[in-house]
Amino acid sequence: MSTHLVGQRIKRIEDPNLLSGRGQFVDDLKLPNMLHAAFMRSPLAHARITSIDVTEASSMPGVHMVWTAQNLPSSMRGRRLLLQVPNPAIRHPFTQEPLASKEVCFVGEPVAVVVAESRHLAEDACERIVVEYEALPVSADCEAAIKPGAGISHTNIEDNIAAQFTLDFGDVDAAFRDAPHIFQDRYFQHRGTANPMEGRGIIAAHDPISNNFTVWSATQSPFIIRRALVDMFQVEESAIRVIAPKDVGGGFGPKGMSYPEDVVLPALAQDLGRPVKWIEDRREHFLTTTQERDQIWDVSIAVDNDGKILGLRGRLAHDTGAYLPWGIITPYISTTTIAGPYIVPTFKFDTTVIFTNKPPTTPLRGAGRPQAVFAMERTLDLVAEKLHLNKAEIRRRNLIPASSMPYQMGLIFRDGAPVVYDSGDYPACQAMALEGCDYTGFAMRQKAARAEGRYIGIGIANAVEGTGLGPFEGATIKVMPSGRVALKTGAAPQGQAHHTTLAQLCAEELNISIDKIDVLTGDTNAVSLGVGTFASRIAVNAGSSVHLATRTVYGKLMKLAAAVLQVGEDDLEMEEGEIRITGEQGDSVSFSDLATMMNGVPGFKLPDGIEAGLEATHYFQPSQAAYANGSHVAVVEVDIETGEVKILRYVVAHDCGNLINPMIVDGQVQGGVAHGIGNALLEHLYYDENANPLTTTFAEYLLPTAELVPNVEILHLESPNPNNPLGVKGAGEGGTLPAAAVIAAAIDDALSSFGVRFKDAPIRPHQIVAAVKGSTN
Amino acid sequence: MTDPQLHDVTLTVNGKSYTETVEARWSLADFLRHKLGLTGTHLGCEHGVCGACTILLEGRSVRGCLTLAVQANGKAVDTVEGLAPSKTELNTLQEAFWEHHGLQCGFCTPGILMTLTEFLRDTPDPTEAEVREALSGNICRCTGYQGIVNATMDAAKKLRTNSNG
Repeated sequence: MSTHLVGQRIKRIEDPNLLSGRGQFVDDLKLPNMLHAAFMRSPLAHARITSIDVTEASSMPGVHMVWTAQNLPSSMRGRRLLLQVPNPAIRHPFTQEPLASKEVCFVGEPVAVVVAESRHLAEDACERIVVEYEALPVSADCEAAIKPGAGISHTNIEDNIAAQFTLDFGDVDAAFRDAPHIFQDRYFQHRGTANPMEGRGIIAAHDPISNNFTVWSATQSPFIIRRALVDMFQVEESAIRVIAPKDVGGGFGPKGMSYPEDVVLPALAQDLGRPVKWIEDRREHFLTTTQERDQIWDVSIAVDNDGKILGLRGRLAHDTGAYLPWGIITPYISTTTIAGPYIVPTFKFDTTVIFTNKPPTTPLRGAGRPQAVFAMERTLDLVAEKLHLNKAEIRRRNLIPASSMPYQMGLIFRDGAPVVYDSGDYPACQAMALEGCDYTGFAMRQKAARAEGRYIGIGIANAVEGTGLGPFEGATIKVMPSGRVALKTGAAPQGQAHHTTLAQLCAEELNISIDKIDVLTGDTNAVSLGVGTFASRIAVNAGSSVHLATRTVYGKLMKLAAAVLQVGEDDLEMEEGEIRITGEQGDSVSFSDLATMMNGVPGFKLPDGIEAGLEATHYFQPSQAAYANGSHVAVVEVDIETGEVKILRYVVAHDCGNLINPMIVDGQVQGGVAHGIGNALLEHLYYDENANPLTTTFAEYLLPTAELVPNVEILHLESPNPNNPLGVKGAGEGGTLPAAAVIAAAIDDALSSFGVRFKDAPIRPHQIVAAVKGSTN
Repeated sequence: MTDPQLHDVTLTVNGKSYTETVEARWSLADFLRHKLGLTGTHLGCEHGVCGACTILLEGRSVRGCLTLAVQANGKAVDTVEGLAPSKTELNTLQEAFWEHHGLQCGFCTPGILMTLTEFLRDTPDPTEAEVREALSGNICRCTGYQGIVNATMDAAKKLRTNSNG
């Protein structure tokens, strides 16, 4: 029996193929007559292109085509990529050209493309393209970029300010004027990369008969790519089909963007009359795929004598890199996240978005939230220290109580709706995490460890995350003549097990086993409209659509079966693809019979009152973001000689509403924490003073390994979201949000005898050693 | 064979013999993927760090991206495609990965399975710390490793039971 699939730890239907080497990633796909592209990229962060000579490259063996900006189809020349999320606060809506024509604005920006018989030959030819550049002043540092005399990132602007906006509520000036205590500090979380183990990759094909394009892309958002192509080629949506292959090897945000390669490949395929493949290599990923985190926060907090927050204000400087492909979404999310789960009566933040000659920054697992959480949680640790309060107690006193839900925070979120925390019990969640880590007993353990010469410390951090953003995601459910059920959605997975969780939702409603469902994801032909996989939004949006479309199909099945069996619907039961009259010997009719019947007999009418087709499509449109929350408590041990940090325990109390598949949610939390641990201790993209990248391999840019990431002890609260039929909230990013903050707090605590306080992340071993040596204690 | 850049390579992959002509500069991973169509071996970094392309050469784990195809001439190679006893079954380690949610996107998984195949052969009764050390040459960006560690410990136990029984 298959009842109650939702809420169960169902094994993933994706796994057997992936475990057997039968995955279908984009580089595994091979089309007849396919050619291979390689891009020649700028070696300078900011320069004018003075000449390009492709003569030698064009004559190399196996080379079919060499294009610079001048060779692009006339319709593309002079055009830039679509800015997918505009905002009136943007002063200079810069996006990339398909190939840079006159000016390059970061190292790695594509200047020319070669198409050849093989990737080897295409790369050989790239090396023979001769480009002369005239170096231009460079904006290399987001802090220096807005000071007088800074190098300007683009030649056609006067300063490096891309956008400015202020968000506020309440009389913050009065709160600060009257507050008994004001504390201020500055925090910096550095730039990192997504680095999914599979980079970006594209195969483009063009059909000259229909003049249609088909693009296979390792993307999170086939519909976002289609929008970019529709804009660039000025064609109807129906002329472009974008497919995320069944398997996409991780995403974490940047694969949700559209890039120059996305529009160049289809143009090449059209011109050559042959399919063209481009697979990003790891160096290209470090150079060109969007990045995130560079933010400098100046935070002032006003508190009363009990540590209760009276006001929060400050400035955020956000480095957007050279372009704004996703507008100013990231810093906007940051600013609307910093108040977190706390009662903040007055608030004002001025945000400046700054151009530098570095790769663009766009949402990356957490999307501006980890920095905001870092700034807020480090601020509360500062208040606790100054007022001699326990770090858990200062938070407890300020947490929004469950009785205040739904809670209107005071700001408008990025979805255009007011920030209204829909549900949750933040104090209970914190208490759960503290209990899970035996917080009250820690002081004794710390003392005992110190007696042995060991430095251990504990940290705590909380976060609230706006997940499940609209506008919508669609799903179609159809019962097929075979009796199997087709589930189609444009939503595209990259490891989150959408096939399994969406099939669970459908199977639950139809009371069939999960293996009777055929799931198709990530295809713009699957449903008419779609958005993409980001903002932890698929369970809420696509999940609700699957649920509602399945409910409709259920209704159609029952109505039709009742007509066929000539009984009332109340007398029917549905199980494993059969609908039968309740009772031991009742007549029955199968899904297969009904679907065949509903295909119709040519020329004959359907039964009275029956609508054609055993299918339904639904686009769930959430009324607002779904607010998930979590409390993290970590214990670390610091080696003061080497600066090594070992994470001894890591406890997460997490509330993402109802759980569809707890195994998969736990996997998301564990993986999210791992990413946050990378941000806390390892991941820092270094650039020199000319914005040359210094970390372009996995030897220079370290990712968390199995020796660093501990078992994350995960506890769940389930506060159902009242705004969608499943009661779910997003789970994909929450694990990342508080991780850097909680590790920093635990390191500070371990080194409390040295009076160390870390305000930047990541915290690298040499910084720890320097801080310990530099301390006066 | 007039082009000095081209070489004939004869090797055994998962017990099956192949002879192909290949350029000297081709990596073994590219050779497996694009000449033999064995696309289960993935390339994550092509500079020997991420471990996604890990395969066994004469029973020892190597990076498919740092090994040239010509170096495999006359040798035996094992890849992820050769692990399962049949197309409809999984082996003990693969089953354990399925059971313990040891994979998400699955891109790093083939290399991890090959690393662990060698490890469990040589270390049938590992501690969790030994498993983590064995895994330290394979990067997974999705899972945070715990499912992989749990799967490996469980597989080790089942393999010991099977061999004792």
